[in-house]
Amino acid sequence: MRDRIVPGLKKTLQGFFALLPVVLGMLLFTSLAMSLFAGQITGALFGHGVLLDTLIGASIGSVALGHPSASYILGGEFLAAGVGLEAVTAFLVTWVTVGITHLPAESLLLGQRFAVLRNVIAFVSALAIAWLVPLTLRMLS
Amino acid sequence: MKEARRSFGGWIFLGLALLAWGSLALVAPEQSSKSFDLFAGLLTRVIPALALVFLLLLVANLVTDQPWIEKHLERKAGPGGWLIAIAAGILASGSLYIWYVLVGELKQKGLRPGLAAAFFYAFSVKLPLLPLLVHFFGLNYALVLNVWLILFAVLGGLLVERLEGCSHPISPDPLKLM
Repeated sequence: MRDRIVPGLKKTLQGFFALLPVVLGMLLFTSLAMSLFAGQITGALFGHGVLLDTLIGASIGSVALGHPSASYILGGEFLAAGVGLEAVTAFLVTWVTVGITHLPAESLLLGQRFAVLRNVIAFVSALAIAWLVPLTLRMLS
Repeated sequence: MKEARRSFGGWIFLGLALLAWGSLALVAPEQSSKSFDLFAGLLTRVIPALALVFLLLLVANLVTDQPWIEKHLERKAGPGGWLIAIAAGILASGSLYIWYVLVGELKQKGLRPGLAAAFFYAFSVKLPLLPLLVHFFGLNYALVLNVWLILFAVLGGLLVERLEGCSHPISPDPLKLM
């Protein structure tokens, strides 16, 4: 068991210390942006109706790069600023499932057709999930 | 080496954030004090979730590792293939592009495209980060979102399989790889 614990703990510490600056940096940038441009960011990007907001959220998530924890922090702040749950959900889902910036690498290693298909399907799925999650929550409540 | 580079990227990001903060403190000290209050509030709320994230990362690292995923993803045949691809995607950690290499190799060995796609879709379910998701969006939202993500991982995989055709395993462009 000790043979597994020591390398497991080492790997966890490495992973956690890689995550920590991302989370701290994201918190710093988010608090900075929110205190400077509180209404402007969300007002300029969102507020165009559920459909368009969801598309915008999905598009931002598709081109964004970074750890999923960063998307949770940003998404949480978007939600607190009044952005709709559909748009925030689309943003969260595309952040991890669609990788426009990774597309060349994915095409190279997994084949162009596969990469394009996978990303297109992931984008459409994200829109569907963005619609289904709030609907399910409303049904459950 | 790759891990070291990735960690370094995170620290550069933090450095840039601190630089932006430093610049604001010089230009508008009052505004930076307001930002600091906001940051302190956010950090206080996130710390308990981060502690849980650490524990879950440890459990995930003790329970599974890359060779386990590699071994089980290679077992592509049979009805359990989908279950293994989804479970492997959920348990996999790190950046998505790191897994392109492994899955690319497995695909060359005959891994079905649908299973490869299902693995990547299931990657969006981040069990160790669940406390953070719950913290920002609530338990109900986190559970509902993850259930839909898993269902769509299967649906997406099936769709990729259907459109790609399972009889022709996809191989990367050999000329580009050279």
